[in-house]
Amino acid sequence: MCLAVPGKILTILEEANLGLRRGKVDFCGIRKEVCLDYTPDARVGDYVLVHVGFALTIVDEQEAQRVFEALRQLDQLEELKEIAT
Amino acid sequence: MKFVDEYRDRSAVQQMAQAIRRTSTRPWTLMEVCGGQTYTIVKTGLQGLLPEGITLVHGPGCPVCVTPLEMIDRAVAIAQRPEVILCSFGDMLRVPGSTQSLFDAKSWGADVRIVYSPLDSLHLARSYPNREVVFFAVGFETTAPANAMAVWEAEREKIPNFSMLVSHVLVPPAMEAILSSPDCRVQAFLAAGHVCMVMGFEEYVPISQKYRVPIVVTGFEPLDLLEGVRLAVAQLESGRAEVENQYLRAVRRSGNRPAQERISEVFEVTPRAWRGIGEIPASGLRLRETYRQFDAESRFAVKIRHVEESKECIAGLVLQGQRKPFECTAFGIRCTPDTPLGAPMVSSEGACAAYFHFGRRNEDGNSIVSTATTGH
Repeated sequence: MCLAVPGKILTILEEANLGLRRGKVDFCGIRKEVCLDYTPDARVGDYVLVHVGFALTIVDEQEAQRVFEALRQLDQLEELKEIAT
Repeated sequence: MKFVDEYRDRSAVQQMAQAIRRTSTRPWTLMEVCGGQTYTIVKTGLQGLLPEGITLVHGPGCPVCVTPLEMIDRAVAIAQRPEVILCSFGDMLRVPGSTQSLFDAKSWGADVRIVYSPLDSLHLARSYPNREVVFFAVGFETTAPANAMAVWEAEREKIPNFSMLVSHVLVPPAMEAILSSPDCRVQAFLAAGHVCMVMGFEEYVPISQKYRVPIVVTGFEPLDLLEGVRLAVAQLESGRAEVENQYLRAVRRSGNRPAQERISEVFEVTPRAWRGIGEIPASGLRLRETYRQFDAESRFAVKIRHVEESKECIAGLVLQGQRKPFECTAFGIRCTPDTPLGAPMVSSEGACAAYFHFGRRNEDGNSIVSTATTGH
């Protein structure tokens, strides 16, 4: 139920028929119109997480790499431990 | 898919599992709160990658599973009225009420429709001005901004033939209910990442402090879940109990402010009954007085009988992490996704359905994680 899918904003439709801020978002080839009212800072090219037709957060691309950096550090730490023993 | 595939990478997942094995020295029991997380864990066999002492129990985070039987009966009764078009998300339509599901009602002629977004039901209301369009709104905090926007927009456009049957639930009170049970086995939580994407995670700090329990805000992909486990185990091993954020790419400490503002403009907190658990104080949302004209419950005065749940179904204990689905005597025999006794066997995010579909494949502990994992 709480599934949210990352997609890239292609265009932003400012003069929306509903009065809501809308954008065309690409999900790996599938394009859907999404409500952007809850992500007022989102710009074309940003990745947003979309749940039931609403973008709820802008994906932080730097933070997205952090887990891989953490894995590298954990591995280096382990190697150092092995050398020390 | 960017921001999905890389978190399913087999070697990164195995590296993280190894880091957990290095961190843990004692047995620990962790609960993942959200049904979407349960689905990934069971489907990809993550439990099999963990050290033997580390047990994942599955939480109540499946809104379809905790929606009370009476509420489903109410939705069915409203759907049976000739002027009504009743809409909801697909999962909700298959959940058995006391006599029938919404799909059964549809097969008997009721106009029941699956929608992708609550805004689609608003569109239906505009298109069919002579019909009453009712949206059956279930969900946690993640879905509340969408449902709040649909009601707000209906008020702004003055759409008189739209209403909402609200059965919204909130996660932190359910976590407290689990922690305060004398049979509680949970020593740390992997909190639901997308709930926190909306609400932030400040409200978990007092829970973590009061019950001395680590709470790690966690994402939904295999690598996210294992990193959540690693952070929680590291806290348990060192005697810490803090709120940590694993899901940094999506969750900010204060959450999504515009979404929170819209939720509290339209909804207010109310006590809510959870199927299998019972009433939990301040654990749900209902429409505020100013938006009450969109409340389907008062617009359609239908009479609902109080009904008893199946005696054999242990869904309540499964949802609180006290039993695993396969410990139920009906599991896979009298209770299957085609003939469910309880809601966790219906929704793909229900723990019972996840074990039914994927559990057997993983009994030998073999992981089936791969970069080609599709679906969720």
